[in-house]
Amino acid sequence: MKKTVFLGALTVAGLAAGASAAATLDDVKARGKLNCGVTTGLVGFAAPDANGHWDGFDVGVCRAVAAAVLGDAEAVEFVPTTGKTRFTALASGEIDMLARNTTWTLSRDVDLKFTFVGVNYYDGQGFMVPKGLGVSSAKELDGATVCIQTGTTTELNLADFFRANNMSYEPVPIETNAEAQQQYLAGACDVYTTDASGLAATRATFEAPADHVLLPEIISKEPLGPLVRHGDNEWGDVVRWTLNALISAEELGITSANIGELGAAAGDNPEVNRILGTEGNLGEMLGLDAGWAKAAIMAGGNYGELFEKNIGENTPIALSRGLNAQWQDGGLIYSPPFR
Amino acid sequence: MTTMTDPHQGSFRLSMLIYDSRYRSMTIQIVALIGFLTLIGWLISNTAQNLITLGKEPSFGFMLEPAGYDINQRLLDYDSQDSHLRAALIGLLNTLLVAVMGCLAATVIGVVVGVLRLSKNWIVSRLMAVYVEGFRNVPVLLWIVFAMAILIETLPPPNAFRGENPEATMKLGETVAVTNRGIYIPEPLFSRGIGDAHVFGDTSLRFDVSLDLIALASVFIAGLLISGLINRRANATQNATGVRPTVWYWRLAVVVLPTAILLWVLGCHMGYPELKGFNFKGGTHMRNSLIALWAALSLYTAAFIAEIVRAGILAVSKGQTEAANALGIRPNKTMSLVVLPQALRVIIPPLISNYLNLTKNSSLAIAVGYMDITGTLGGITLNQTGRELETLLMLMLCYLIISLTISGVMNWYNESVKLKER
Ligand SMILES: N[C@@H](CCC(=O)N[C@@H](CS)C(=O)NCC(=O)O)C(=O)O
Repeated sequence: MKKTVFLGALTVAGLAAGASAAATLDDVKARGKLNCGVTTGLVGFAAPDANGHWDGFDVGVCRAVAAAVLGDAEAVEFVPTTGKTRFTALASGEIDMLARNTTWTLSRDVDLKFTFVGVNYYDGQGFMVPKGLGVSSAKELDGATVCIQTGTTTELNLADFFRANNMSYEPVPIETNAEAQQQYLAGACDVYTTDASGLAATRATFEAPADHVLLPEIISKEPLGPLVRHGDNEWGDVVRWTLNALISAEELGITSANIGELGAAAGDNPEVNRILGTEGNLGEMLGLDAGWAKAAIMAGGNYGELFEKNIGENTPIALSRGLNAQWQDGGLIYSPPFR
Repeated sequence: MTTMTDPHQGSFRLSMLIYDSRYRSMTIQIVALIGFLTLIGWLISNTAQNLITLGKEPSFGFMLEPAGYDINQRLLDYDSQDSHLRAALIGLLNTLLVAVMGCLAATVIGVVVGVLRLSKNWIVSRLMAVYVEGFRNVPVLLWIVFAMAILIETLPPPNAFRGENPEATMKLGETVAVTNRGIYIPEPLFSRGIGDAHVFGDTSLRFDVSLDLIALASVFIAGLLISGLINRRANATQNATGVRPTVWYWRLAVVVLPTAILLWVLGCHMGYPELKGFNFKGGTHMRNSLIALWAALSLYTAAFIAEIVRAGILAVSKGQTEAANALGIRPNKTMSLVVLPQALRVIIPPLISNYLNLTKNSSLAIAVGYMDITGTLGGITLNQTGRELETLLMLMLCYLIISLTISGVMNWYNESVKLKER
């Protein structure tokens, strides 16, 4: 009985949400600016440079969406959020989308009511320790003091991991990556744990990165991707397909170097033509103009270019593509077709 | 006499509600009340409506789900499989702990500084003025973060205690370890203890009471009572015969001996901290998040209390001191017997609000990772469950209850020291 009432209420709520969903796309267009939630600063993923210009892999997604919707990759208001504030910021409408190393989980989708539009980085939780500690496996961490960011999947995974392995630990909850770094470097915690990519990015900013190692264990799946509020599917589609356009562009060999040429007139690959708007009306279907994907790709390059420029092997962060290679190369990065 | 103000019965017109000064204030108040209630009603229905539109009907069922996260400082047993309610309780106790410790320390420091500020010694009074102004005029959050940074950056990590020639050593005859993760001090242990009593079974509110401590406390209090009795007997003898029997050793013995014997029976010994693995084990761990928060909150609030104490003392008329002097009472007796008791009346009301401020300021704890109720219920629980409205309402209720309790107790105390008119 109770359940049916609850379900009924949910359905009504769902209908109401569908009907009254704010048209984020129109709001963004009217505002002329995209409000994009990012980290408070994680070099390689999202951090302002010396001139206050935001840069990074997640920032690249924000800029691509801004370019697709507004035709201007600079028309983004970056809103720094902590692990704790990010969801409130998104749910309350303070930001239009969140691109902040955020893990796609069932409860965030279903209970917190957010739509993850895809995955831009397949990650897992790792541990970083100073070399001098002489630890070579996470199983040796019994009794260690561990720095974690609060409000993350990290703290839940950590509790599960230590519990499952019958080990004890002392959690030191911290709000931002910068504070965690300070405590870790001062030796106030033995271990820093977060997404492995975040660890690599954090380590890259240390004075002596070589003095710290990532332990081999990866204790969780952390598919990180951009997300939007439930209830505005049109806006979700725009963000989803912008991300897919970046991914497809890499797959089809559209780069920032050749995009001018490829986009000038219809070529002999119909999918490239559809993406770049020289054929078909995909842009119109999304409520955008024909050059939307072209603008998105030109904003910072295709998925692979964004990766190489911000976190790839030639950057201090030096992440290899691994799981994040294109599907033809054995990775998990895969975009549904543009048609 | 009554003819002038007698209202004209029966000739009431509606416009009189506004133009007749007898009714006007009533009318305005009722209109304001209706407006206010409408506003509140609108806010509530609007919130409820919006939440339902979002698909999040308010409900508190999630509080009984497993929390899933760990908490470092636990005054009661807790692990990640316990409910959010339990986690909130652990956080609440941490809030109360730092609030009580903070209020005590702030009062002691505040009274000392307040009295010293009135010192005739120029350097002392200037130094106190610098302290007061320095702490009053910088936001408390900065002091908290600053205190934490000092602890983390200047104290040695546990690692430094290792090896043949360690960089750091334990203090006070190898019994206290001061590290940048906190201070480890010896703790009393009972090797033949009689265990704990479990209260509230398996519920979220369960807790353990140490029977050892209860036994010790009862024996100690019984000792005090008996000692009081002996004193009363001695007084009676003195009143009857004029000679007071020497009883101080009896009085001391009935308090100390049974307690000492019980301590021995229970096998009381000290547990010392020892470096084991990554951290010190054993002893009581005062985390540096607690120390930093406690120090910053106490020093900050003490600056305000010092000013209140100073004002209170200055408010006692000089004539009182002079009268006491004239009676030949010595200066420090004058302070404690004449001036301070009168100053208390001025001091207590503003003191209450400073206790309340300290308690509420303790919600900044998350800045140093201290898991108070804002960090557990209003932080991780809120974040992991997405129940902003429910958790924040509960959080506000908690602070409200704590604050009302503090004011209740302090107001009662205020009543008892108030000038009694007889
Ligand atoms: N993927 C996890 C953790 C996300 C997270 O907090 N990542 C850290 C490091 S990888 C971060 O972005 N910190 C930046 C900041 O402090 O703002 C989640 O979604 O809960």
